[in-house]
Amino acid sequence: MLTLIEIDCRYNGHAAVRGLGMHVTPGNLVCLLGPSGCGKTTVLRAIAGFHALSEGEILLKGRQVSRPGFTLPPEQRHLGMVFQDYALFPHLNVAENVGFGLRAIPQTEKRAVIAELLDTVGLGGLDRRYPHELSGGQQQRVALARALAPKPDLILMDEPFSNLDVEFRERLSGEVRDILKQQGITAVLVTHDQNEAFALGDKVGVMHEGRLLQWDTPYNLYHEPACRFVADFIGQGVFLNGTLVAPDTVQTEIGMCKGNRAYPWGKDAPIEVLFRPDDIVPDPDSPLRGKVTQKAFKGAEFLYTLQLPTGGHVLSLFPSHADHPVGATVGIRVEADHLVAFPRA
Amino acid sequence: MMRGALRVGLSVVVLLGLTGCAGDFRYNWQWSILTCTSENIDAGCIGPYFYWILQGLWWTIAVASAAWVIAFSLGSVIGILRTLDKPILVVVPFVKSPIYFRTRWIGTSKGIITVDVGWFLHGFANIYVTVFRNVPLLVQLFLWYFVFPELVPHDAGMWLKRDLPFPEVSTAIFCLGLYTASRVAEQVRAGINSISRGQQYAAMAIGLTPVQVYRYVLLPVSFRIIIPPLTSDFLGVFKNSSLALTIGVLELTAMTRQIEEYSYAGFEAFTAATVLYIGVTAIVMGAMRIVEARVRIPGMISLQAK
Repeated sequence: MLTLIEIDCRYNGHAAVRGLGMHVTPGNLVCLLGPSGCGKTTVLRAIAGFHALSEGEILLKGRQVSRPGFTLPPEQRHLGMVFQDYALFPHLNVAENVGFGLRAIPQTEKRAVIAELLDTVGLGGLDRRYPHELSGGQQQRVALARALAPKPDLILMDEPFSNLDVEFRERLSGEVRDILKQQGITAVLVTHDQNEAFALGDKVGVMHEGRLLQWDTPYNLYHEPACRFVADFIGQGVFLNGTLVAPDTVQTEIGMCKGNRAYPWGKDAPIEVLFRPDDIVPDPDSPLRGKVTQKAFKGAEFLYTLQLPTGGHVLSLFPSHADHPVGATVGIRVEADHLVAFPRA
Repeated sequence: MMRGALRVGLSVVVLLGLTGCAGDFRYNWQWSILTCTSENIDAGCIGPYFYWILQGLWWTIAVASAAWVIAFSLGSVIGILRTLDKPILVVVPFVKSPIYFRTRWIGTSKGIITVDVGWFLHGFANIYVTVFRNVPLLVQLFLWYFVFPELVPHDAGMWLKRDLPFPEVSTAIFCLGLYTASRVAEQVRAGINSISRGQQYAAMAIGLTPVQVYRYVLLPVSFRIIIPPLTSDFLGVFKNSSLALTIGVLELTAMTRQIEEYSYAGFEAFTAATVLYIGVTAIVMGAMRIVEARVRIPGMISLQAK
């Protein structure tokens, strides 16, 4: 459906995107995730045709739409776009906004399409309202309906839920995923919020400084980060220094840990090992003890910051009823299926 | 609103009257001078002067309205041209180039020469606004009336000087229109630029061509946003039309001065002119308010509820 081959984008002289490639299969929902300024929005604009390429090419349904020196105009790409600030047309009401992209079809048919789309996004009956009379979430639903109306091949979403309240954000992103999946629409979403990316994306690409660092499923991004930046950026966790004592065994201050793979570095190589909060589990009988220095109640669970006897800190998830005061000592055990390590810099 | 303008108008009259009564300012107001007819010729009156004033008013309205038509249409085009940010490439027909070259506005590829028309249009609009906005209106008026006919080819100059119908009025309309167009252009440009980029992107992604983006998104919104500053320019045209007296247009101010010269009743004549100017502009203001309320974007421009 969409293929990006080694694209480079320049923005006022500096390279905003460097050597980025990705492939999106039809019906898939993919996310580009990264901190602000990482170039993810530039990629989206390049796909939409708002931004020219300086290297590489973009293929849409097998057709070359961008290459250096040629950019197929956005209006000929048959895309839908949804923006962070909704970008509804303020002088048009909801029905007119949704029907905006339907210029060539007869009025009666148009009205039917609009009504159907508004039902799909859960806004039936609001067709005479103006954008300012709607809440942010409703406006974004209208924007989605407007983008869906011309039956685009691909929908591009630029931080679509960032302006919404947190709880509402999750609900709407779930609904949007359902709608897109139902209609079998391919979509690329750009966000800096990993919860959103994980909730929506079949595949997620993590970007940093214009490069795509890892292109993988949310599960693998969390459990098998390909580099130090991804490991840091995705989820919580700490790195503990250690050394390699056998190809698949590391020695850290939390003890000897056996990984699920052979590491490529030689014996005694200095490494850093990633421990996620869910890798450290409570075990009252364990000889390994940690002192609670911070705790955060998350409802279903506690996130404890524990100080090891050797001085290092780890994060650990405890069940919700295991309420230990700060300063208490608790028994813990490492239970990591995926032991991810990086050479120490 | 109209009552408000009336109130202002009345207070001006009252103020003038009061200054007339106050302090050392002694003036014998003779309002009848405006209405007297030629029968009182021995009293030095060849009036009715009020008729002169109405004639002047007619020319003021005619010059200003015609100039506004030019200003609004030309200014809109110039303003839109100033917002062009993409090249508009046009292939030069029938001409092939054996060499490859590329500059900002012209380039070749495979021997075909393309010209970026957008670059020229944008540049023209920028120069236009710079020139017409920065030269004093009075100087522009003199340049068009006295200098321009000498600069053009001889025959055209002769036509301008000899055969142009209503030469003073035409020149005044033309000059005032071109000057105000530069101001309108700036309002239009500002209005278009004030619309968030996302609106354009959204429209283009949906499948609108750049021309359609302007037609259905940028212009409908921006013109509604800029109604208040456009009203100021519309009023400005009426006020600036008084400068046309310097090249001999017998508009309201010129007529007023003429009455003063004939009758020495300058204060009465200028008071009448002031009231009429305020009256006309009040009508324009009221009309523009109605337009603004009619087309306003819901939730965007907050008009006070009356």
